[in-house]
Amino acid sequence: MARVIVDVMPKPEILDPQGKAVAGALPRLGFTQFASVRQGKRFELEVTGEITDEVLLAARQAAAQVLSNPIIEDVVAVTIAEDDK
Amino acid sequence: MTAAAGARIGVITFPGTLDDRDAARAVRLAGAEAVSLWHGDDDLHSVDAVVVPGGFSYGDYLRAGAISRFAPVMRAVIDAAQGGMPVLGICNGFQILTESHLLPGSMIKNDHLHFVCREQQLLVENTSTAWTNEYAKGEIITVPLKNQDGQFVADQRTLDELEDTGRIVFRYEGVNPNGSRHNIAGITNERGNVVGLMPHPEHAVEAGFGPTAADGSRTGTDGLRFFTSAIASLVAS
Repeated sequence: MARVIVDVMPKPEILDPQGKAVAGALPRLGFTQFASVRQGKRFELEVTGEITDEVLLAARQAAAQVLSNPIIEDVVAVTIAEDDK
Repeated sequence: MTAAAGARIGVITFPGTLDDRDAARAVRLAGAEAVSLWHGDDDLHSVDAVVVPGGFSYGDYLRAGAISRFAPVMRAVIDAAQGGMPVLGICNGFQILTESHLLPGSMIKNDHLHFVCREQQLLVENTSTAWTNEYAKGEIITVPLKNQDGQFVADQRTLDELEDTGRIVFRYEGVNPNGSRHNIAGITNERGNVVGLMPHPEHAVEAGFGPTAADGSRTGTDGLRFFTSAIASLVAS
């Protein structure tokens, strides 16, 4: 089934406590290459039928109104899943 | 509204609400009638005020309070709040009110990442709201606090506006338990009828069940005046 992918990230100016905790754990496990981590969310919206412009518009609206809170988060991408292109 | 005894205060239950029964009990102890409201209700059953209680509505799966904001009953609450009805959001209820844009800002995970449960001291900053008129400005009260996503955040412009307009109602005193900006524990809207706070006044309304106070263990009832304040503001209006 075709899928639309919505990626949501905490805004850059919002301190991301979860990402910070992960960043703290990485060097303890020997991963010393990474200076910081930010943790976001990925939504996979399965679409019945084809992904039209209308479907993408609806996904963008859902991303803005429900899937993200604009006060703390940015919708960074609304894309068609690679394997469905 | 003519008499306190006639005040009807609604308490909403969403799937995952935990503190609706305590909130209803607090309303009754304050002297009003507690009216149970269901998340699927289209109207508010003629209540005079609404409490949006704490818990983990819809499991908080998307974000705290995000799905509840779209429950049928919230359409009625948003309309009524914009019309001036007193609305109190406690903990998850506060999160629901920010998601509903009735209050500014948002709550994110506590800065230390842990669930926190403690008897929290609060500094009362604003006593002109529908829910705080029976407190004294500068008073320090103790009510329980328990949350995972209790860190209040907002952009600098919003924080400045809250400060400049006196809309910070409570600040954490002694300890900031979750990293909230400007030690904010609770805020109000411009009109003063909508108040949200992370700590739980409904758990400090009856001696024997509340936090520890000066006169002994579990004797604290500092939370009761939220509810008597609402009744007083209804009687006055």
